[in-house]
Amino acid sequence: MIFLQLFIVFTKIGAFNFGGGYAMLSLIHNEVVEKNQWLTSSEFTDIVAISQSTPGPIGINCATYTGYTAVINEGYPEWMAVLGAVLASLSVLWVPFLLMLTISKILLKYSKTQVVGNIFSLLRPAIVGLIAAAAILLMSADNFGSPSQSTFQFIVSIIIFLFAFIGTRLYRIHPILMIILAGLAGLVIY
Amino acid sequence: MHYELLKMFLVFAKIGAFTLGGGYAMVPIMEREIVDRRQWLTREEFMDILIVAQSTPGLFAINMASHIGNKARGVVGGIIGSLGVALPSILAILLIAMFFRAFQDNIYVERIFMGVRPAVVALIAAPCFSMARSAHITLSNLWIPIVACLLITLFGISPIWIILVAGLAGFVWGKIKREEKE
Repeated sequence: MIFLQLFIVFTKIGAFNFGGGYAMLSLIHNEVVEKNQWLTSSEFTDIVAISQSTPGPIGINCATYTGYTAVINEGYPEWMAVLGAVLASLSVLWVPFLLMLTISKILLKYSKTQVVGNIFSLLRPAIVGLIAAAAILLMSADNFGSPSQSTFQFIVSIIIFLFAFIGTRLYRIHPILMIILAGLAGLVIY
Repeated sequence: MHYELLKMFLVFAKIGAFTLGGGYAMVPIMEREIVDRRQWLTREEFMDILIVAQSTPGLFAINMASHIGNKARGVVGGIIGSLGVALPSILAILLIAMFFRAFQDNIYVERIFMGVRPAVVALIAAPCFSMARSAHITLSNLWIPIVACLLITLFGISPIWIILVAGLAGFVWGKIKREEKE
């Protein structure tokens, strides 16, 4: 049952998201692309691009899009897909919401204490690894073109990647501007 | 009361609608709307919530909204606040999902996205280095992100396990260190 699956998967994604949007990507990729195969790797990248250029957190954006697409792909009508999108989006929210309501007072009391500090002392470095994993997993033939079959696309992709990386790191170019520039480059070059 | 809640919903929907990319971009806008303009919370309270929202799982923006709503107007306020922040993005992506699927195979759209995809991967890779600094990564704990990354990419281990093990190990390690001191 696709609706139940969406609920479980996105509840999990909401409950285990520490460290913000990008940290969530490896988790979403693992569940949505690898395990359930609701989206292809390039569809996933497209959504990240769209998320960056639309309002709202990446987690919700991915949930909405995946919910819609997964239900449509199962052969249900459009209005059911809209329900799936809303269901997936709300599934991300409810566990953190309950946590916020119940333990926020306790957390506030302990958030500056040693115990929480200790937990995050290893959690934070691990989250950097999670983000790196998301980036590495997306360096696939789906997104870059394969070096042997589409050599031209592969070389162009590497150049765009380097430009975007240096532009973001050194010149702090805004992500949305970066996406627009890369899109224009694609339109002109291919 | 209903009017107050409606106003709260609209304020949060506005915050949700105008923060592209989500997350921390929201903080200054929230601060201006909630502390300066509406005075629902004091700056002190707002800062406390910021700290908790960072250390609770879930989406940062939603955590902020639910907590602020809750503090200002109780549980219903919390629900209204988080739905308000989420609504604009749900609507935007729904529209895109409906139309994007129709244009996905269009040759020009495909060309644009062929250019965009490698840039997106770069956008994800770039913050690793700036985050490495704020996560206090040095030579002595550099192995943690590397092992985490290898486990996920090579062995397909779910990031959930990495988070659970890292958090637990940090907790235990802290205890051991403290007992050694005593």
